[in-house]
Amino acid sequence: MIRLSGIRKTFNPGEASEVRALLPLDLELRQGEFVIVIGANGSGKSTLLNLLAGSERPDAGTIRLDDTDITSLPDYRRSKFLGRVFQHPHAGTAPDLSILENFRLAALRTKTKTLRIGLQQDFRNTVYELVATLQMGLEHKLDQPMGKLSGGQRQALTLLMSTFDSCRLLLMDEPTAALDPRSATTVMRLAEKIIRQQQLTAVLITHQLKDCLLYGDRILLMREGLVVEDISGEAKKQLNLQDLYARFAD
Amino acid sequence: MFSDFALTAVVQGIAFAGLGCGIYLSLRIFRIPDITTDGSYTLGGIISAIALSSGMHPIPVLLLALLGGGIAGASTGFIHTRLDVNPLLSGILVMTALYSVNLILAGRPNLPLNEVKSIFQLTGNDADTFQSLLTVILLLALLLGFLYFLLITDFGIGMRATGNNETMAAAMGIHTKEMKVIGLALANGCTALSGSLICQYQGFADINMGIGIVISGLGAVMMGETLLANWLRKSLLFHLLAIAIGCVLFRLIIAGALYAGTDPNYLRLLTALIVLGIVFAGKLRKTSST
Repeated sequence: MIRLSGIRKTFNPGEASEVRALLPLDLELRQGEFVIVIGANGSGKSTLLNLLAGSERPDAGTIRLDDTDITSLPDYRRSKFLGRVFQHPHAGTAPDLSILENFRLAALRTKTKTLRIGLQQDFRNTVYELVATLQMGLEHKLDQPMGKLSGGQRQALTLLMSTFDSCRLLLMDEPTAALDPRSATTVMRLAEKIIRQQQLTAVLITHQLKDCLLYGDRILLMREGLVVEDISGEAKKQLNLQDLYARFAD
Repeated sequence: MFSDFALTAVVQGIAFAGLGCGIYLSLRIFRIPDITTDGSYTLGGIISAIALSSGMHPIPVLLLALLGGGIAGASTGFIHTRLDVNPLLSGILVMTALYSVNLILAGRPNLPLNEVKSIFQLTGNDADTFQSLLTVILLLALLLGFLYFLLITDFGIGMRATGNNETMAAAMGIHTKEMKVIGLALANGCTALSGSLICQYQGFADINMGIGIVISGLGAVMMGETLLANWLRKSLLFHLLAIAIGCVLFRLIIAGALYAGTDPNYLRLLTALIVLGIVFAGKLRKTSST
C-alpha cells in the first residue's frame, strides 16, 4: 500500500552535528498490516515515521501511496488518509478545547472546516456513544477541557480521534511511553482493536519489546538508519523475548 | 462634571473593544504577540478620516477600515509564516512600515474631520453622549456576535486548535499557516475598527494616535480577564464580554486619573504601571489558587 524507495535523510549536512538518519531505505507496507518498529535511540525510527507523516521530507527517494507519488505532499494534506498518535499524551489533543470540540476537528480531519456550527445534538450523541466504548466514564465529561484529563485518558481519546474520520494509515510514535503500565496496556489493546476492526495499516514505534510479541504482524528492527531485521508471519509467532532482546542488543 | 467625563470614557472604552478583541485573537487564540496593532489602529483612523472627508457614508467607512487593518495583519502573518520570521519581529516590521504608509496616505500628520458626517451623526446633526453610547453599544453587539459565531463554527474550532496545539491542528488537516494569516488579518481588522471609531468620536486622525496602543489594549484584555476570571470558563461569549468590560474599566481609570488632574505627560507611565499591576495581580491569583 505504501512503498518507500531509496529514501535518504541527513540532518545538518556538512556540519559537525551532521546526522545520517536514514541511509537508502526501501520498505513496503502492505494493506492491513500492523508494523512495529523497534531500535535504539537515534536509529532513525522517528525519522521514518515523520517521513511517512509528511512532517519531514526525504533528501532523496520517493514515497508512494498505492500508485500516487506523495513524496512532497505536506503533512496537513496527508491527513486525508493518515491518523497520528504522538509520544507525548498532550500532543494529539488541544488542551483548552473541550473533548467535544476536539472530536469535532477529528470528525472533519479529511474535510474542510466551514463556517457551520457542527456541535449539534446528533454529533454530541455520536461522540457520547463512541467515548462510552472506552469505559472510562469520559462520555459524561464531553464539555470539559481536554487538558483536565490524565495522560492515559488523553492518549485513549487521541486514538479514537485519529481513526474517527476515514483513515487508512495510523502512525503511532511511542504512544505509551509516558503512561503508567495499566494505562499503557489499555491504550495498546485499544489500538490493536481499532486497527483490526477498521483493517488499518499501522506503524507503531515502541521501546517495549514485549509489545512486539503481544501485538502486531511484523517487526522492523532499525539500526543506524537501516532496517536490519524484518520479522513477520511464523517467524514472529515463534519469537520470544530473550531472542528479540539478543537481536536488539546485537 | 465627572459623570459626563465618565460617560465619555465609557463610550471610548466600548469603542476600544475592537482593539481588545484584536489582541484577544492574536495573543490568546493564536498565542502570537502581535505588535502590528499600533500601526493598524492608526491605519484605521487615517483611512476613516480620508474616506469620510471624501464624502463616503460612515458605515462603508467602517468596513474599509476593517479591510485596511486586515491587509496589515495579513502582511504580518505572511512575513511570519511564509518568510519564517519571528512573529514579534514580523509585527514590528509591519508596524514600522505602516508609519510611513499612514503618513503617505494622510499627506500630513493630522487630519481633522471638519463638517463631515461621522457614524455618531447618522441620526441627527450632533449626537449627544447618550446617542454615541447607543451607537457604540450596537456596534459592539454586532462585533461580539460575529466573533462568537465565528469561534464556535467548525472553522473557529480550527482557529482555536491552531493556537492551542499546532501539531495536533496540522494532524487534523488544518493548514495552520493559512489559519494564522487569517487570524492576524481578523485581529488587526478589529483593531483598525477601533481606530476608525475613536477617530470619528474625537473628530480627527493623528499619525501618532496608535503609539503604545498595544499596551493599553493588552492591559484592558488582562484587566477584564483577571477581574472576571471565574466567568471566563462558562462560554467564549463571556470571555469576549469580559474583554469589552476590561476596555471600559481601563478607559475609566485613565479618565479618572485625568479628572483628578494628572499631567497628560504622565499617562503612558501610568498605563505601563497599570498593566504591570494587572500582570502582577494575575500572577498572585495563580500562585494562591494552586
